[in-house]
Amino acid sequence: MRHMSPRAALAGIGELKPERNTHGVTTMELLMRVSAEAIADAGVAPQEIDGLLVGPQVGETPQHVPATVAEYFGMQPSMSNMVDLGGASGPGMIWRAAAAIAAGQCETVLCVIGNHRNMPPPRSPNRNPAREFDTPFGASGANTSYALLMQAHMAAYGCRAEDYAAIAAGSRSNAQNNDKAIFHGKPASVEEVLASPLVASPLHLFEIVMPVAGADAVIVTTAEKAARLRHPPVFLNGAGEKITHRAVSQAPSLTSGPLKPSISRALAQAGMRIQDIDFLSLYDCYTIMVAATIEDAGLCAPGKFAEWLKDNGGMSCEARQPINTHGGQLGFGQPDLAGGMTHVVEAVRQIRGTAPNRQIKNCRSALVTGNGATMSEAVVLVLGADL
Amino acid sequence: MIDYRTLDVPGPTITDLSRPFWEAAARGRLTIQHCTSCNRGVFYPRPLCPHCWADALEWRDASGKGTLTSFSQIWKPGHPGWLPAVPYYVGLVQLSEGPTMLSHIVDERRSIRVGDQLVFKSVPTGSRILPFFHKI
Repeated sequence: MRHMSPRAALAGIGELKPERNTHGVTTMELLMRVSAEAIADAGVAPQEIDGLLVGPQVGETPQHVPATVAEYFGMQPSMSNMVDLGGASGPGMIWRAAAAIAAGQCETVLCVIGNHRNMPPPRSPNRNPAREFDTPFGASGANTSYALLMQAHMAAYGCRAEDYAAIAAGSRSNAQNNDKAIFHGKPASVEEVLASPLVASPLHLFEIVMPVAGADAVIVTTAEKAARLRHPPVFLNGAGEKITHRAVSQAPSLTSGPLKPSISRALAQAGMRIQDIDFLSLYDCYTIMVAATIEDAGLCAPGKFAEWLKDNGGMSCEARQPINTHGGQLGFGQPDLAGGMTHVVEAVRQIRGTAPNRQIKNCRSALVTGNGATMSEAVVLVLGADL
Repeated sequence: MIDYRTLDVPGPTITDLSRPFWEAAARGRLTIQHCTSCNRGVFYPRPLCPHCWADALEWRDASGKGTLTSFSQIWKPGHPGWLPAVPYYVGLVQLSEGPTMLSHIVDERRSIRVGDQLVFKSVPTGSRILPFFHKI
């Protein structure tokens, strides 16, 4: 990354298979299992971990989260923090790890995020503005917010329902190459997406991620150390972040989000153009999110995502610029806030050249996007096989 | 048409700061904050103006008119208390004073479109009276 030395590398990854119900297993248990996987994948000893970044929703401990997780893991990190950027938390951990390493605070950082899913879920009271001014009108939850973003996008550009449904169908198709995916063995055509029930118009059920339990972890270390480890290093060559609002009613725009400046910054740091990127690992909580991201990335003009996708040859690993080869969250399932980290983990696989059944030919670079709240928290990473 | 009074739904989590908004709505008025320093409307309520950060906010009655910038017809509500009302509309209303608020849109003809002109109406909902909007 420009103006940052030494450069950091992603040296280990771990990912649990999504589950709809964890039947009493705690988040701490899931986090420890997925961390063990990432530590083993990196080929480092647990004692070498001297930095720890965790997500905010560790159910067993609402406060003092990093210390609680470190203690549980038997670690005494010299840098630890909780990263709370909604779905963007996972990618948000990666550049923070690199920055902490560059600052000389630590050498090997474990970034871990996940959640259990025990049904029925508890309802917790809070008094934030969205709770006070959205929920009483019948608008609780992310579905309403993204439905409002999608309706505004349709009204502004005249895109059709089938344009967005093609993103869900493409994600389901990619999931057929990932036996971990929750929708493995369950493809869906555009017609089937449009035949699925309306949840909040214009969003159909299959255009919305399936909530699952799961966890993901990534090991970030120095480029020098990564070169001595098991896998070819994956380098962080650029990052961008922007937060614009929380509630959809406060969005400065309903059709373009903070990913736009974040992508620009990340590409500039990496010295690349969007057309140079081999793999697009795009946060996809809803179909509209992928549509808006393709447009905010400058791959096409606003409102032209569907035409661009057709020219691109769809989303598969054989497309011109493949998108979400692991199935995306629309096909893989959304393991709570770890959903954003699945896009990092898949990018590492593709750049290493170890993506099973779905390897992109000569994949040297990836753009990873993270998105939180109501298209309002954005983190972008440019990863590469070369520094 | 659903009698909103029969719904068992979560009401607003009113704070001392926001109380004038909800109390006015209960009396059939829409009132929002106005910054006397930068002359802009403010919603939702703040202790200081979020535009210029002046300590110069006062409550003023709004025109009650706005433009629909987006909407959704809800079939599966986030809270089960809204189930008897499905399908219903929520929308983003840009008030003529500038700020945008999310609200419930009453439209029995199911004909709303982005860009529609809306007007405010207080509607008894559950145990509260809430500021909804409908087409002019």
